[in-house]
Amino acid sequence: MEYLSILFDQVYKILFLLVPVLVSVAMVVWLDRRVWAFVQKRQGPNVVGPFGLLQTIADALKYIFKEIIIPSSSNKVIFILAPIVTMTLALIAWAVIPFSATQVLADINVGILYLFAVSSLGVYGIIMGGWASNSKYPFLGAIRSAAQMVSYEVSIGVIIINVLLCVGSLNLNDIVIAQQNLWFVIPLFPMFVIFFISALAETNRPPFDLPEAEAELVAGYQTEYSGMMYAMFWLGEYANILLMCAMGAILFLGGWLSPLEIYPFTLVPGPLWLVLKILLLFLLFALVKAIVPRYRYDQLMKLGWKVFLPLSLIWVVLTASYLFYFNLLPVN
Amino acid sequence: MIAHSIFFYTFSIIAIVSAIMVTASKNTVHSVFFLILDFISISCLFIMIGAEFLGMIMLIVYVGAVAVLFLFVVMMLNVAQQKNQWFSSEESSKHIPVGLIISTLIFVELIIVVGGWKYKPDLFDINNSIEINNVSNTHSLGQVLYTDYIHIFQISGMILLVAMIGAIVLTFRKRVGVKTQSYIKQISRERSDGVSVVKVESNKGVRIDD
Repeated sequence: MEYLSILFDQVYKILFLLVPVLVSVAMVVWLDRRVWAFVQKRQGPNVVGPFGLLQTIADALKYIFKEIIIPSSSNKVIFILAPIVTMTLALIAWAVIPFSATQVLADINVGILYLFAVSSLGVYGIIMGGWASNSKYPFLGAIRSAAQMVSYEVSIGVIIINVLLCVGSLNLNDIVIAQQNLWFVIPLFPMFVIFFISALAETNRPPFDLPEAEAELVAGYQTEYSGMMYAMFWLGEYANILLMCAMGAILFLGGWLSPLEIYPFTLVPGPLWLVLKILLLFLLFALVKAIVPRYRYDQLMKLGWKVFLPLSLIWVVLTASYLFYFNLLPVN
Repeated sequence: MIAHSIFFYTFSIIAIVSAIMVTASKNTVHSVFFLILDFISISCLFIMIGAEFLGMIMLIVYVGAVAVLFLFVVMMLNVAQQKNQWFSSEESSKHIPVGLIISTLIFVELIIVVGGWKYKPDLFDINNSIEINNVSNTHSLGQVLYTDYIHIFQISGMILLVAMIGAIVLTFRKRVGVKTQSYIKQISRERSDGVSVVKVESNKGVRIDD
């Protein structure tokens, strides 16, 4: 009986986290399209609901009522599993995101490693979808994305090491608290820029959306998907983008901390600060999508391996030497 | 405690069944997917015994990187077709004894290692272990790797580096006649390099490339 009550308590907490995440994913899709339209001097979705806010929900309804087509030559089990994997991985990572010092679902010791692991598993949704479709364009898209995501993960990992050197703990709350005096975006600014660009590549956002480059690959790994399964890929992608924004906010922008510990700022609760920082980063994501043209594939790989990886490795050495020389290494 | 054992048996059953399926499934891509499932359930078992760092590293390294490359290779090669040719031909029977010898050798080695295994005498002394476990296991792993056994750790790093360089040297080939883009060349190009004013005599024309 006691076990059951713990179970219900946890389920309640999980729902309390997941439902807002899913709703904000829907809102964020709207925001993305609005920003995109704004840059191109269009209106964007503005008909359904106030300011067109309910557009995504209308779209989702349309997707739900459409027929799911499974190609006869596809590998059916893996074909169906792929969007489920994408969606699940995008959602389970939110378990470790701290919204304030106490409001965190799982305050585990290796929180940042968990986030990194889950985001590195994200590639499987795409590979499975691309391979199981048994069709040329999806397969090419899947191969491209596998190479791209694996390459950019390496530099994200090294950037995380930079932050960890300054914190001395893998716990996400410790990372946030270590930024009480100075957000890491100031001393590690080059790393923040590289993290942001790698996050674009990791989530297959423009200008790195080569896996689904519609001009050359139709829609990449999503070509054979329809109806609700396509919608799941789509929502999972946006949930992943929000997650990378949350990761950036926690690693570099001080998570739930307020910018200044003085009167008007302290009135705003911690979770709201985190949400604002995530939105700020997402706005940057949306602007980049509207402004920057798509990269060529060899340039993308060159950027990942020959520019970002050496740069972030050198920065690790610099950070470590600086901390060691001035005796600032965190000791617990 | 009951919940703990339920989770333990679930994960271990998944691990064993998927390990069997890696070798039993006919489709090679399915084998790799079962291998991934196996890795994931093993890392869950690691986390359950409190080795959360090892579990996460297992996920990141094996599932996030190594298995992706496996999948990459297996999807690109037409393994299924090759396997069918393999089994229908006479050649396969020659290789079976070699495979059997190698696998028995590895099996015997494994038995020797497991048989000679000795636990640290104070491992089961709970009072002792609590004192050590004051630090989190990430910290204690770092302590062991980077402080107690730093030289061995560095040597193993060197060996891996040599393996990496070796792989690059073996597969590297310089291709001639390929036009690669060079940013420095493009940026440092001046007007004087590209454009020149030529006085053309009538009825003579101009040679463009010389």
